[in-house]
Amino acid sequence: MEEKTKMVAPPEGVSGEGFFATKLSDVVGLARANSLWPLPFATSCCGIEFMATMASHYDLARFGSERVSFSPRQADMLMVMGTISKKMAPILRQVYEQMSEPRWVISVGACACSGGVFDTYSVLQGIDKVIPVDVYVPGCPPRPEQIVQGVMQLQELVKNESVRRRNSPEYKELLASYNL
Amino acid sequence: MSDLLLPPEHRYAKVIEEKRNEDGSELSILNLGPTHPATHGIFQNILLMDGERILDAEPTVGYIHRAFEKIAENRPFYQINVLTDRMNYCSSPINNMAWWMTVEKLLNIEVPKRAQYLRVIVMELARIADHLICNSILGVDTGAYTGFLYVFQFREKIYEIYEEICGARLTTNMGRIGGFEREWSDEAFKKLNTFLEEFPIAWKEFENLFERNRIFIDRTVNVGPISAEKAMQYGFTGPNLRAAGIDYDVRKAAPYSSYEDFEFDVPVGKSGDTYDRFCVRNAEVWESISIIKQALAKLPDGPYHADVPDYYLPPKEDVYHNMESLIYHFKIVMGEVPVPVEEIYHAVEGGNGELGFYLISDGSRTPYRLKMRRPCYIYYQAYPEMIKGAMLSDAIVILSSLNVIAGELDA
Amino acid sequence: MALENIFIQEKLSQKFGNSVKNFAAMRDIFTLEANKDNIHEIIQFLKEDEELNFHFLTDLAGIHYPDNTVEEQFAVTYQLHNWIENTRIRIKVFLNGENPEVQTITDLFLCSNWMEREAWDFYGIKFTGHPQLKRILNMDEMVSHPMRKEFPMEDGGRTDKDDRFFGRTPVNC
Repeated sequence: MEEKTKMVAPPEGVSGEGFFATKLSDVVGLARANSLWPLPFATSCCGIEFMATMASHYDLARFGSERVSFSPRQADMLMVMGTISKKMAPILRQVYEQMSEPRWVISVGACACSGGVFDTYSVLQGIDKVIPVDVYVPGCPPRPEQIVQGVMQLQELVKNESVRRRNSPEYKELLASYNL
Repeated sequence: MSDLLLPPEHRYAKVIEEKRNEDGSELSILNLGPTHPATHGIFQNILLMDGERILDAEPTVGYIHRAFEKIAENRPFYQINVLTDRMNYCSSPINNMAWWMTVEKLLNIEVPKRAQYLRVIVMELARIADHLICNSILGVDTGAYTGFLYVFQFREKIYEIYEEICGARLTTNMGRIGGFEREWSDEAFKKLNTFLEEFPIAWKEFENLFERNRIFIDRTVNVGPISAEKAMQYGFTGPNLRAAGIDYDVRKAAPYSSYEDFEFDVPVGKSGDTYDRFCVRNAEVWESISIIKQALAKLPDGPYHADVPDYYLPPKEDVYHNMESLIYHFKIVMGEVPVPVEEIYHAVEGGNGELGFYLISDGSRTPYRLKMRRPCYIYYQAYPEMIKGAMLSDAIVILSSLNVIAGELDA
Repeated sequence: MALENIFIQEKLSQKFGNSVKNFAAMRDIFTLEANKDNIHEIIQFLKEDEELNFHFLTDLAGIHYPDNTVEEQFAVTYQLHNWIENTRIRIKVFLNGENPEVQTITDLFLCSNWMEREAWDFYGIKFTGHPQLKRILNMDEMVSHPMRKEFPMEDGGRTDKDDRFFGRTPVNC
């Protein structure tokens, strides 16, 4: 039974009688990674697979995403699920701008990653034309296990992110390239 | 009438200016915006409100317009099936089968009985899946989350059945011209039988949670009623129309795919309010279960697809060993198949009403014009009228009960 | 008992004479072509006559025929349904290519409101008398009418699609 379930491992550090010393970034990373509150930006079919992921069979809540936040200010990760048309793109951008740092973006589904099946005049060919994306989950629609894997990969990213990343010049350059 | 061409905010701003009261209170504009937790899909409604009451509303749609009709003019018939999945994505097999029936009507193909019965089974399963989502989300919108969790377990079971049949969970791309792409495995029938044993118990529990529940009744009775006359004028079809009292069902009016062999009732409501729509959908799930049982009992043996080598891909082993099959395979894929020049309209009873395909073909392998008659697009026009005078939370409940699916709305 | 096609044809020809022509039974739906100048009266007659009673508008579609003569380059099809007799009928109206205009039927059928807006959005067919003829599915700022045959399906501004991988050469595209 021990091998099947994995508890969150404590970070490396020095422990002693009544104290545990480790790096701040490790603790912060651990806390952030295991309590990512998603903002489900569900547009179309992938949204239904997200509903299946949140339901009891696949249960995204075990990974810390218990509270689904619909207010951008209170959300950590923006999950864009479904086709984003050009009419919707300014709204997506507005929602992303309203999110407070630190924020991450998962692009779920082929339509959000690259326009998907719909190579037409009205569909935005990938949300990375308007906002920076951290994890891409391909599929049409991706299985709930794939969405969960995407979240787990994001958790790895979050755990290993430096505390100073959001103030660094590279990050500011990234945002500037999107005119944010 | 050019006032109506202005964006609604401007129009309402004028009204607010005129109707400002002496004590300083005034009407307000609320944006029930495209991204909203309670609207299932992205459509925007700009509401003119007097406190909590809604005086006027203007919907804006098109936030997920993917130009299906334009894509369909550039794709061969067998590739359009992929698009039809993504219209009403909660019940994609119904859309798939509707498209195949349209193409078979155009090409004058007679589908064998076994394939027709299998189609009926999968369409009714999809209808159950659609109504499961609609009713459980209506429960969530009134605050009852438990029903959603119970019912989604069974949606997972339906997904497993789809996977046995065609390999995909949600956007199934099921079927081919003339039938199915492969015979249903024994595992599929086993899972179907287990589903038919376990699901009615859970559905009865779900109904018991809501139908006599005081809070639910208070939130849904007399909320968003629509008369039968108005419903017909607005082009309602499907459960929304039947809740208003008219028993028009395409399966009874123009039976397709052997629906005339099955006995089922068409549940009808009285006042067209939210509670009636909820109850009509509940009753339809019971009817669907009964149809599936009848179809399984009477399932004939035979081929699972029509014998039309011009349109149905031959098995791959034959393509490698048999000259004729190779030629047919080549012709089908390259598009040199005989297609008559005609205009066809075929309608089926989708989860939301009459889903129709108006196909104009010009003899080439892509349609000249494909118009999809999408029920959601047509009955969503009635939404502003249904919420006039209601409170904001009622507007949300009315929207859930209409089962508007954004993919079908915008197409 | 369904309405006989001959009966519908006679009634319409009697009332409207030359404005209705080209009666045909295309598979299971009776089709006819009508003149765009009195399409409103024709549909009103079909709806309000007690024997015909086509009280439900199933669909309204716009079509573009760029290969036709200029007088007939656009078409609007109205599909009506009589639930009691279970009969469908389809009426096609051809419109001028440079200036496609036809009278609206929103006063007869409330559901034609958005269907006509969709035809305006996609084809640029103007429905005179429509209360709110503005774009519905595409962006409001869009200038062209995208379902016309000359408008391309794909997005013109893509930078990441290399034509070589799609077999597109200056010769065949």
